[in-house]
Amino acid sequence: MTAEYVGLGGWTPEALATPGEVRAVVSAPDPVLSRPGPEVDPTSDEVVRLAADLVATMRVSPGCVGLAAPQVGVSAQMFAVDITGHPKAVTVHGTFVLCNARVVEASRWKAGREGCMSVPDLTGDVKRASRLVVEGVLPGTGVPVRLVTDGFEARALQHEIDHCAGLLFLDRVAGAHAIYQRKVYL
Amino acid sequence: MNELAITVIGRDRPGIVADVAEVLARLGANLTDSTMTRLRGHFAMTLICVGPAAADVEAGLAPLAADGQLLATVRAVTPDGATPPAGEPYVLSVHGADRMGIVAAMTRVLTDAGGNVTDLSTRLTGSLYVVVAEVELPPGSSDEVAGRLARRAAELGVGVSLRPADSDLL
Repeated sequence: MTAEYVGLGGWTPEALATPGEVRAVVSAPDPVLSRPGPEVDPTSDEVVRLAADLVATMRVSPGCVGLAAPQVGVSAQMFAVDITGHPKAVTVHGTFVLCNARVVEASRWKAGREGCMSVPDLTGDVKRASRLVVEGVLPGTGVPVRLVTDGFEARALQHEIDHCAGLLFLDRVAGAHAIYQRKVYL
Repeated sequence: MNELAITVIGRDRPGIVADVAEVLARLGANLTDSTMTRLRGHFAMTLICVGPAAADVEAGLAPLAADGQLLATVRAVTPDGATPPAGEPYVLSVHGADRMGIVAAMTRVLTDAGGNVTDLSTRLTGSLYVVVAEVELPPGSSDEVAGRLARRAAELGVGVSLRPADSDLL
């Protein structure tokens, strides 16, 4: 089955043909963040609009490299990612939105400290695969995509796929002393 | 609303957390921030609660301490005001042969540099002593602080490392 999947094929948010609107980001303990999202029909107008909204909201949120549908209050398996320009970026696929994504290969697990726009006051140490293969479909066309990535983009993808499954980084912290008050920098 | 600082420490046994938490819940004390851990066979709880008067919590915990196996203290505290801006976050690790004064010496270096310890654990296993601390340092000072820590550690005959603990927003 995986042979049908291809890369992003030069996909950009312009393919959605709508600028998208900025939506409010919800915070824990909003129950939508703890609910596994259903699969979506990638070709529906509603999903295309949501894809554009996720990109628009991600772009206006400082430091945001990914945003999943539950974070804007919609229980659905869909997220946007863009780690372009991040200092820890290795492989970069630019801005993309995936629907119904799942991890098909994960290896080289590494610990890292991560935070989340929906858990604004805490960070946590979470082990994530640094080599990752993800399969999903593109919004609008429904074209199947197989993404091979690593490092920081792999971490971001796992974080967003977790959101779609109703999981926060708090569900994956390394131990009882692995959550921290998020610092307010000088 | 009263804010209370509560400590409970005693010989570890299953059920200490449930016993203490049940008393607090029955009294309407809302457990906010806490840390609880086992230290060389003793179980130590440090809790901040809001709700009832200190005397009521003391009386509520007294039966748990009646057999002399648990020591509980309750103190009213003043809620914090605005939190000052934090420095740059780092993790400090120190390890080496146990000797007197390692924590004192290393934290003094941090304090003298304007740093602040926000979390710290120590473990002694055999003759190995380990310190791990979360620290905040004044911006741009880490290289100098690392140098000072290394010199002090060399005097004590222990190893030290200081590494960034910055988090990534996802």
